Amino acid sequence: MKVTIDGIPVEVEPGTSILNAARQIGGDIVPPAMCYYSKLEGSGGKCRTCLVKVSKGSEKDPRPMPKLVASCRTTVMDGMEVQNITSPEVIEARKGVVEMLLINHPLDCPVCDQAGECHLQDLGFEHGAAKTRYEFDRRTFEKIDIGDKIQLHMTRCILCYRCVFTADQITNTRLHGILNRGDHSEISTYISKAVDNDFSGNIIDVCPVGALTDKTFRFKNRVWFTKPVDAHRDCDKCCGKTTLWYKGEDVIRVTGRKDVYGEVEEFICNTCRFDKKKTADWIIEGPRKISHKSVISSNHYEFIPLPVVKTNPVLMEANKEQFERDTRL
Amino acid sequence: MGRKLLLEHINVPGINTFDVYRSKGGYASVEKALKTMSPDAVVEEVKKSGLRGRGGAGFPTGMKWSFLAKPEGVARYLVCNADESEPGTFKDRYLMTYIPHLLIEGMITSSFALGANTSFIYVRGEMMPQIRILEKAIAEAKAKGFLGKNILGSGYDLELYVQPGGGAYICGEETALLESLEGKRGNPRIKPPFPAIAGLYGCPTVVNNVESIAAVVPIINEGGDEYAKLGIGRSTGTKLISAGGNLKKPGVYEIDLGLPVEEFLYSDEYCGGIANGKRLKAVVAGGSSVPILPANLILKTINNEPRLMSYESLADGGFVTGTMMGSGGFIAYDEDACIVRNTWNFARFYHHESCGQCSPCREGTGWMEKVLHRLEYGHGKQSDMDLLVDISKKIEGNTICPLGDAAAWPVASAIRHFRDEFEWHVTNASEAVSRNYGLAHYADPLPTPEPVAG
Repeated sequence: MKVTIDGIPVEVEPGTSILNAARQIGGDIVPPAMCYYSKLEGSGGKCRTCLVKVSKGSEKDPRPMPKLVASCRTTVMDGMEVQNITSPEVIEARKGVVEMLLINHPLDCPVCDQAGECHLQDLGFEHGAAKTRYEFDRRTFEKIDIGDKIQLHMTRCILCYRCVFTADQITNTRLHGILNRGDHSEISTYISKAVDNDFSGNIIDVCPVGALTDKTFRFKNRVWFTKPVDAHRDCDKCCGKTTLWYKGEDVIRVTGRKDVYGEVEEFICNTCRFDKKKTADWIIEGPRKISHKSVISSNHYEFIPLPVVKTNPVLMEANKEQFERDTRL
Repeated sequence: MGRKLLLEHINVPGINTFDVYRSKGGYASVEKALKTMSPDAVVEEVKKSGLRGRGGAGFPTGMKWSFLAKPEGVARYLVCNADESEPGTFKDRYLMTYIPHLLIEGMITSSFALGANTSFIYVRGEMMPQIRILEKAIAEAKAKGFLGKNILGSGYDLELYVQPGGGAYICGEETALLESLEGKRGNPRIKPPFPAIAGLYGCPTVVNNVESIAAVVPIINEGGDEYAKLGIGRSTGTKLISAGGNLKKPGVYEIDLGLPVEEFLYSDEYCGGIANGKRLKAVVAGGSSVPILPANLILKTINNEPRLMSYESLADGGFVTGTMMGSGGFIAYDEDACIVRNTWNFARFYHHESCGQCSPCREGTGWMEKVLHRLEYGHGKQSDMDLLVDISKKIEGNTICPLGDAAAWPVASAIRHFRDEFEWHVTNASEAVSRNYGLAHYADPLPTPEPVAG
């Protein structure tokens, strides 16, 4: 099937979503996704940051779709034409969504462990306004310990439901879920249960913000001062392929291997994540490649490829901000 | 007076019992459909009638039925949406309370048409008396052989269940209703797939409003063509309107679609005018979700034609000067009503009822409510009106289900038509908490456009 996204054609399998088609092209035209997680079935469609405009439905039925659609949950049709960053309407809607996501977010990035690898931070940086128009008290919650290794700080949560899907799909029993509705909804356990499962730690990895954090890593270090190293070990529960985060000689954190979209390649078990924090436990593979656009790659003096100056006039026009930022580097 | 199809026998004593209902010609449509018609013929008849969904969206019912996927060996379901909780709408509750057998008769005929052997009536959880009434009526119908196995010897089986709702407005959205019926949290599903392909338990499902299903009864009894003669244009048949607000005679009225709004408001047969001799200020024509209109625009369209109670005429002028039929919750406001307070009240409702699944609606409804609360209590700013319009634009169309749109439209339209009043709440903050703005010039006749020379 042939799809055109922002003027760039791509051939994809039938049944692919627009977002995944865009990811096959890569680069600036990939819509941001806060709630979609390709490894979790049924995720997506909730955060509305990945809205795109379908300017031509398909070859058979060329009518455009009446509303903006969530690209993560809309499958492609043959001959479909999609506008993402070339459509001012999409940019405007995305700005709106980011503003909505941020009005009740505490913006406590200076003390948040997720800072540096937070999707909301990236999104706010790209699409957010410098000032807020929200003049009311922000929603707050008490911090909850769910289990002895995971802390839930609901104030930061954007209700993407990823952790709920994770618990549903990779653990035997789900003990946490959404309570209440509307802007009172919260992720919690009913009533004050500890999430105790061999794979429960993965809810930390899937969390796009700092709502679910690793208690063994909390306040230890900023992520951009740590060195990510790929390693593996023989594990009888999981694949054992992880990323170790070093501070000096010490392993201070173990996570799954996250790709450029923040999705882990494979889920890992709690033993690997929380208990194996010595270099001797692991077979080191080598430094983890982190995109030079990420703050984590700062202070890592590797070769940074020069930014490619784009010559597509449509893209240049629509993405002026991004273009200026890139050429300034 | 127009012909009554649904409420013809509403005043007959004991019409809620099977025997009286049957003696007044009830269950004739079931007999006709099951004995003389094929399921496809029933669908065809409903298509011919041009019946449009009475729940709010106005999608043609016959069309919806014909979209139902019919794979072999997979059950199909008919679900009746009786989760009526829109502020200003109370027609379904009235129908279910006083003439429950009409709904059950409609359910049997419609289920037969769709080939459903199990059907559900999803009733709002707060309507416990109505649930009891329906259950009693179902038991009566079952005892007389109109439900259960081999109905009237036709070989058609149907079980009908009443399900109390989960207690949320959002459960009236069709996919949220199905989730709730399956016993899950009532969050709307992401469409596609539509319920006609994968609905209840993943099977093809049709979800219809109470009134749409009840309207199938006269359609089958008298034929679709006969039904289509009532009404005007593509708005065929009769519609129940729940008239409320500052009216002399509020209540549920059955009208022929195409009745002028002015006649509906002021004639003694219907609402009888505004209570206490006051003047009309504004009307919400179809339940809280539709745009509010000032008196001049509800009586006459922008082209100075009289506005009629029909899907097309109410929508004339789009969102700029028109509104929508919605679910038929007609709320009238007199000169002493405060539009800011009313808008705040609606926003508060949508804030409370947002399911919290998608971000624009979850955060935006709360934000709008807080800004409107501030305006109503005299702490507003001049920039708040633009802020509200901007928030409503950012919610509208960007959400999973129509609740986001429904939350945005009343606010956007109130500011569009009553901006003076909002501004007065800012400039005269101390006065605004003690008295209402009044009528101002909203009820003035529309300015006639100057004829353009040449």
